[in-house]
Order: sequence, then structure tokens, then C-alpha cells
Amino acid sequence: MFENIGEMILLFWRTLLALPLAWRQRQKIFDQFFEIGNASLLMVCMLSFFIGAVLALQTGPVLVERSLASAVGGIVGYAMAKEMAPVMMAILIAGRIGSAMAAEIGSMRVYQEIDALRTMNINPIHYLVLPRLVALAAALPMLVIFAILVGWFGGAVVAEANNQIAIPFQAFYSDLRQVVKLKDVANGVFKSFCFAIIIGVVSCHQGMMTIGGPRGIGRSVTKAVVNSIVAIVFFDYFLTRVLLNEQQ
Amino acid sequence: MNNNNNHHSGVSVEVRGLRKSFNSQEVLKGIDFEVKPGEIFVIMGPSGSGKSVLLKHLIGLEPPDGGEILINGESLQSEQTLEKYRLAMVFQSGALLNSLTVGENVGLYLVEHRLKPPAEIATIVSQKLRDVGLADAAEKTPAELSGGMKKRAAIARALVTEPQLILYDEPTSELDPLSAVVVGEEILKLKGRTGVTSVVVSHDRDLAFGIADRIAFISEGRIIAIGPSDEIKKSRNPVVQKFLRADIKLESPSKNV
Repeated sequence: MFENIGEMILLFWRTLLALPLAWRQRQKIFDQFFEIGNASLLMVCMLSFFIGAVLALQTGPVLVERSLASAVGGIVGYAMAKEMAPVMMAILIAGRIGSAMAAEIGSMRVYQEIDALRTMNINPIHYLVLPRLVALAAALPMLVIFAILVGWFGGAVVAEANNQIAIPFQAFYSDLRQVVKLKDVANGVFKSFCFAIIIGVVSCHQGMMTIGGPRGIGRSVTKAVVNSIVAIVFFDYFLTRVLLNEQQ
Repeated sequence: MNNNNNHHSGVSVEVRGLRKSFNSQEVLKGIDFEVKPGEIFVIMGPSGSGKSVLLKHLIGLEPPDGGEILINGESLQSEQTLEKYRLAMVFQSGALLNSLTVGENVGLYLVEHRLKPPAEIATIVSQKLRDVGLADAAEKTPAELSGGMKKRAAIARALVTEPQLILYDEPTSELDPLSAVVVGEEILKLKGRTGVTSVVVSHDRDLAFGIADRIAFISEGRIIAIGPSDEIKKSRNPVVQKFLRADIKLESPSKNV
């Protein structure tokens, strides 16, 4: 385990060192960015709409019953921006994109394509890891901004449509604006940036370490997704601690 | 692998006491041989004898546990040597990048190292594909090629680097006899055209005796015979003889009915 962590840190460091070459790889970065957005946008919309809706549904009736209707918008807005959107979207992306990255790089490793790159003096980190990591680090925060907005909308729809809550759209957003500051959204976006790097590094590392044919590729994909999710939840706690301290 | 070195002649390769183990299994047990510039040197032996591992050492994909490899007298373990000489390898599977077209695969080295303008790269790619008889395959994906075409595309990709040493890993495996002949002819033509040094790993006896200037026979991680084709054919080593005379003689059960 510690060997793996060391290798991942090394992979991240080497990718950081290669960042000045990102402009040369811009076409690959754009392709990856498009693929991530294209593959995930609809799912992000659906997921975040219903997360916002469920948050409103769970908290709304209880708060209205206790004459705290004005808190619904704030709770939904705050929870979406700071926690639910970054964490849930990161988990979604780990499943959809992290698995694809591990599978693609893993099959390239198994079928000697990475060795072929090395024989041509093409660094696999520059060619394969850098574009994926940069694209993911750019795409996930954007998807999270989108998810926050759609989640808020989902919460607002349920808050208005549900008879037990019955808070009008305008009142919901007015309450939300009073509680949620731009800094809260920025916190969520920053978290998602960190999660994107975690997903990219874990998935590319698993792909690069793949051995043993199709079964090995399957193992790498599973490990990439599971390890990414565990790392996201683990780092989420510490990031939250750090960001809360910053706010105080 | 050097981007600026433009002479085409082959390099010499010297392997001294090469050892390699994976976990507790010793795969290479002290390999010694020398390849002269421009020579076609075939490493022959049964499956699992360490041929492919040896080849990976010759291009720096595997670090040795012991011994050394010299290219024109300079250690391959030095980054400078890898930078100075252009080495290329044709993998057993071809190892073409499936996400690229055949043309993109062939031009990859030039594009990634930005050695030529795009128009010139396109011309070079067409030329190299024509050289290996794949003039119409530039826009195809590797998945659309047959095994023999993949091998020839991989040779074209290797040629783009204008190599001084080219390594072939089982170039005729999984090929029908006609495609195998075509690949063998490509290796010979390439030597004639560029004077490149070629190291070919194969257990294909016809290919080995057809193209080799010299053959090394490897068994259980050791070279047990080395010399020109005729010498190898006359070798009294029982392992070599058994390998060279092995023939499939199976009797159909129906014959006994």
C-alpha cells in the first residue's frame, strides 16, 4: 500500500514537472475534456437535480413544521455547494471517467503500446497522463458548478411543488442567497479540483501498473474506482477541516 | 533515439554477462554475444528461453540485474547513449496505438518530437508506408489490419526514426507462410537499403536461416550455440539439434480404427 502511495506521489510530481508541456498537448487535452464533458453532463444534471430535490424533500417538511421554512433554501444551497455536488460528482466521475482511463492505459500497457512509446523516446507521462490529468482538473470543477446550479433548481422545484413545504421559487432563492456566499461555492469548486487530481492520479497509476492481460485490466479498473472513492471520502474530511479553519 | 543524428549506418552491439531475474526465477543467466554493424543477428530458441526479455534489455526497456550492454562501445545504461543512438523495436503484436490511424502511428515519432513540418511528415509517412506495401492503409485503424499488415505497419513506424539498430520480436509469429516471407524480405531489403543493424528474436527456423548473417541459440537463459547458419545447422548440441529437427508427427485416431 505504501509503495503504491509513493508511486502515485511520484507520478503526480512528474506530471507537475511536465506541466510546461501542456500547451503542446492541447489537442489531446481538448479531446479528453470534450470526452469527459460529453460522457458526464447528462448524468451530472440528473444526479444533481435529484440530490437537490431529495435534500429539500428531507429537510423541508421538518423545518416548515418548526416554523423554519426560511432555512430550507439555505440548507439546500449550502449542502449542495460545499459538500454534495463536489463529492457526488467526484464519485460519478471516478466511476465513469476514472474507470475508462484505467482501462485505456491498462490495455495500452498490456498490449505493449506504452513500451512502443518508450522505444520512440516518447514519455508516457507526457503523452498519456498529462492530458488526462489537466483535462480532468479543468472539467470536474466546471461540472460541479453546473451541478450546484442544477441541484439548487431541483431543491427549488420540490420546495414549491411539495404541499408540505410550499415555498415559492423566489423565497427559496432569496433565502439561499442570504446563506450561501460566493466563497462557499468556491470552496466546493476547490474541493472538486483536488478530487479531480486524486481521480486522475489514482486511475492513471492503476492503468500504468496493469499486468496480466484482460483480467489484469479488469482488476485495475476496479482498483481505480474503489481507491479513488476511498481517497475522495478520506481527503474530503481533511479538506473540509482546512477550509473551515480558513473561514473562521 | 536521438533526434538530430542523421547518419544511417548500423551500430555494433556488445552484450557482456547479462543477468536478469524476476522474483526468484533467473531468466537470463549470463548472456554474452556481439553484433557487428549492419549485421542481421537472429536469436533463436524455444518459447520461454528468455529471448524477448533479452530483446527488451537491448533497447533499455528492462534494466539488467548484472552485466552490461554496449552500443558502439558505450553503455546502454547511460541516458546519453539512449539519446545518442536511434534504436527501434518491432513488437511481436505490432503494438500500434489503437486510438490512432495507421498513418498517425507511423508519423507519431516525428509529430511528438516536432522534427518536421506537418506537410513533410505526411510525405514521409506515405513514403514509409509505400516501402512496406501499405500505401493505401494510412487512414485505416490498426483494428482493420491483418496480422501481417500490422507487422509491416510497425516496421514502417520503426523506419521513420531512421534507426541504427532495429530489434524484431517474433516478426513472423501469428502470420501465414506468405506474410512471413514478405516480412522476412522487408528485413533483408531494409538491411540492403540502410545498412541498419538488425537483431531478430524468433523461433521460426525458416525465417532465421533465410535472413541471418549469424544465429545465437538460447536455451534456459544461456547462449548454447552461436555462429553462421551453416554452423548452427551442423551443431552437435543435442538441444539445438532437437529444436531444429522437431516436427509435428501426429496420427489421427481415425487412422487406427
